[in-house]
Amino acid sequence: MSAVLTPPSVALVPRRGLLLGIRGWAGVTIALAVVAVIVPIANLLVPGDSVFHLSDYAVQLVAKIMCYAMCALAMDLIWGYTGILSLGHGVFFALGGYAMGMYLMRQIGSDGQYRLPMPDFMVFLNWKEFPWHWAVSDSFVAQMLLVVLAPGLLAFVFGFFAFRSRIKGVYFSIITQAMTFAMMLLFFRNETGFGGNNGFTDFKRILGMPLATPSMRMTLFVITGCTLIAFFLMARAIVESKFGRVLQAIRDAESRVMFTGYDPLRYKLAIWTLSAAMCGIAGALYVPQVGIINPSEMTPAASIEIAIWTAVGGRATLIGPIVGAFFVNGMKSWFTQAFPEFWLYALGAMFIAVTLFLPQGIVGLVRGPDGVLARLRRSTRREGGSAS
Amino acid sequence: MLRKVVRWGVLALAFAMPGASFALNAEQALAIAAGDNDLRIVALNAAVARGDERLAAFVQAMLDDEVKVAGPRVFIVHDGKTTDAATGAAATLPDGAEDVTNNNRTRGALEAALAGLRVFSPDVGVRRTAIAELAKVSLDDRQLPLVEKAFAAETDPALKSQLERMRSTMLVTSSDRGKRLAAAGDLAGSNQSAVASLLQERLGPSGEADPEVRAALQQALTTVRARLAWGEKLAVVFTGISLGSVLLLVALGLAITYGLMGVINMAHGELMMIGAYTTYVVQNLFRQYLPGIFDAYVIAAIPAAFLVSALVGAVLERGVIRFLYGRPLETLLATWGISLVLQQSVRSLFGAQNVPVENPNWLSGGVEVMSNLVLPYNRIAIIAFAMIVLGGVALLIAKTRFGLFIRGVTQNRRMASCVGVDTARIDMLAFSFGAGIAGLGGVALSQIGNVGPDLGQSYIVDSFLVVVVGGVGQLAGTVVAAVGLGVLNKLFEGLAGAVLAKIAVLVIIVVFIQRKPSGLFAMKGRSAEA
Repeated sequence: MSAVLTPPSVALVPRRGLLLGIRGWAGVTIALAVVAVIVPIANLLVPGDSVFHLSDYAVQLVAKIMCYAMCALAMDLIWGYTGILSLGHGVFFALGGYAMGMYLMRQIGSDGQYRLPMPDFMVFLNWKEFPWHWAVSDSFVAQMLLVVLAPGLLAFVFGFFAFRSRIKGVYFSIITQAMTFAMMLLFFRNETGFGGNNGFTDFKRILGMPLATPSMRMTLFVITGCTLIAFFLMARAIVESKFGRVLQAIRDAESRVMFTGYDPLRYKLAIWTLSAAMCGIAGALYVPQVGIINPSEMTPAASIEIAIWTAVGGRATLIGPIVGAFFVNGMKSWFTQAFPEFWLYALGAMFIAVTLFLPQGIVGLVRGPDGVLARLRRSTRREGGSAS
Repeated sequence: MLRKVVRWGVLALAFAMPGASFALNAEQALAIAAGDNDLRIVALNAAVARGDERLAAFVQAMLDDEVKVAGPRVFIVHDGKTTDAATGAAATLPDGAEDVTNNNRTRGALEAALAGLRVFSPDVGVRRTAIAELAKVSLDDRQLPLVEKAFAAETDPALKSQLERMRSTMLVTSSDRGKRLAAAGDLAGSNQSAVASLLQERLGPSGEADPEVRAALQQALTTVRARLAWGEKLAVVFTGISLGSVLLLVALGLAITYGLMGVINMAHGELMMIGAYTTYVVQNLFRQYLPGIFDAYVIAAIPAAFLVSALVGAVLERGVIRFLYGRPLETLLATWGISLVLQQSVRSLFGAQNVPVENPNWLSGGVEVMSNLVLPYNRIAIIAFAMIVLGGVALLIAKTRFGLFIRGVTQNRRMASCVGVDTARIDMLAFSFGAGIAGLGGVALSQIGNVGPDLGQSYIVDSFLVVVVGGVGQLAGTVVAAVGLGVLNKLFEGLAGAVLAKIAVLVIIVVFIQRKPSGLFAMKGRSAEA
């Protein structure tokens, strides 16, 4: 069967020295400036009635979407560059979120509804002591390690068994979806100790500082933005390294990679685990800003949506997933306000349209051999080279 | 409580004063039908004690609110025909006749009187239902005389043993040691879980004191429990097979679209949902226009659901899927998008709530094999339906020209095309055939679960696992995998609860795929890319 994924773009040539070109670095600097300087000023210092004022709602929305963009980036590494479509990244995102949520729940202390040191849902279930997996939930450092370790470990074990038996293509996707489904059922239960269908909410403070202040919100925003930029640069480094080249080779012809003496298992497992850990971090940043985590983040639909962010933006480009996450989620928040009934139609249509007409996504529309940029350039001078 | 006492009081009277057959006279009928409720019940009891073949019909008429009173005369108005309650002769209803009203208490007394009368009915069938009704009520000493009397009069051996067992459950607390011993021995033959708990209770600290009787009770308990355990095991197997047959129906369509054509269709569940909603629409049409043959709506829904789903499938194939052959991951995403659109369309058309689909009469209820093993008719029907559909699909694939074309295109598209098969048409027909099968699955699901916009979502993960485990390319694997996963799931569910069972099954599947990466029945070949 010719299950070869059509390569979305030409493989990147490894570059020595700097990761990005001049324009790339300029872009990163601008992004950094926007995130770390302009947004804080526009939100905190510019008075509320000014045109340049950025509302709290907008800041929160952008922060949320930046977390999603990290997931999309992680998805791009595993799907766009390695050719493995995961339908389980929502689980890793939620696991990171839950790890953060546990810490935040402990930070509530005795300020909950019942005025007891245990989280409310445990009091409600009449639990007298913390279950074993809450053992280190009081320590920020330990929980932050869990943010990476919990999804990483799950991905490692799952991936090891799946890749070892050479489950690939749709088979792998289906198995990850089944995992997602099972994890969702597990987290919906009260006995699991994660608050059942209500999940965690009503967070009060982080590291002893109150969460609901403008400065804390902005701090989290800046951290999120910088993490996203760091992830972008890291992904760039991976993709351009020899390791990244092997990943792309696996995507395009796994058997040939094997026959030339590489062991695809290690490469796939490494990028798969890394990708899961990235999602975990995204989830951990998401929870304190959105203020809730519950098992609905683990539905199979949530995981498959991550894939569509990546696909809409453009697979196998690194800026694509970020663009896609902003585009799709921007549409979503506009639609769910303006025409709530039509959002699922729009989302569904997006899935269909992107796969049928835009295999390279929005970025492919602009860049690439047939992109808008290339066509513009061709029309001005008769050279016809492409940007990449 | 009072109601129960009254009811059993009537039954006891029925036994206590058998007497000669008196005719129901006008005075007695009036006393039962009109006046103070307490006096009415007394009159009823007296009438039951005397026994009269017309009394049963009269009591039944009272329960059906068909009795009217005019002055001193009592009439039964049945199907527009009026008869005199006392004489049974045809009569005309005088003007100003009043309805007889019953409250809960009199109604209870009437029902009990009816059951008591029926236990002594000459008709075996009537006695059987009456005894079954008696068995449902918790028995105590007051009913002993009635049961003894019925036991003595009973001629049918099966009913006699039922009554004997009923008597034993009462005698086990008797003051006579011999009777207790005999009762314990008899109870060992029971298959009722109620008997097991009764024996358990008698073995408790406040129960039986005599060591010999205790030993007999203990032995009886062990026997009954062993028998009940069988029932439980069989119940697990049955629910497992039932789930398996549902999965099979779901997976059969997938076995065609995914297994044979390699199209991963995430909207498969939504095609089932369309089948289920078609059933709902057909049901409503029948209720509106053909209420007389309402029970047959399911039969009409089967071809309707097949056609509607197949039509939607054909449109999908022509509109979207044909552009994505050979790109499974893209197909997955596009069909997911289709599933979102279909779900939302159903929400817009029918609302977000579940819609009610009724079981027709012949599918409600079930066969009671043992007290703890009831096989519902709808489940049995679905197992049979799955078998029929499976047989049909297998025949179609193996024996017909269309099946030959499907296999040909699957195995070697170009060669099939060279010898004149219109491959694009076969693709469309095969896909819409698979979609139609999904619609049939939807009809089945509508009979056992909720019909709502997310009906498809709950089965899609499981059904893909069935296809993955079964192996791609043939039906045998799908069948074994569907039934196997169904039974396995229910088995674990009994041990560890539904969620852990799902997780355990998933782990088993992942381990299984380690050993057999291409499923239970792998296609033999030398290709490195399976």
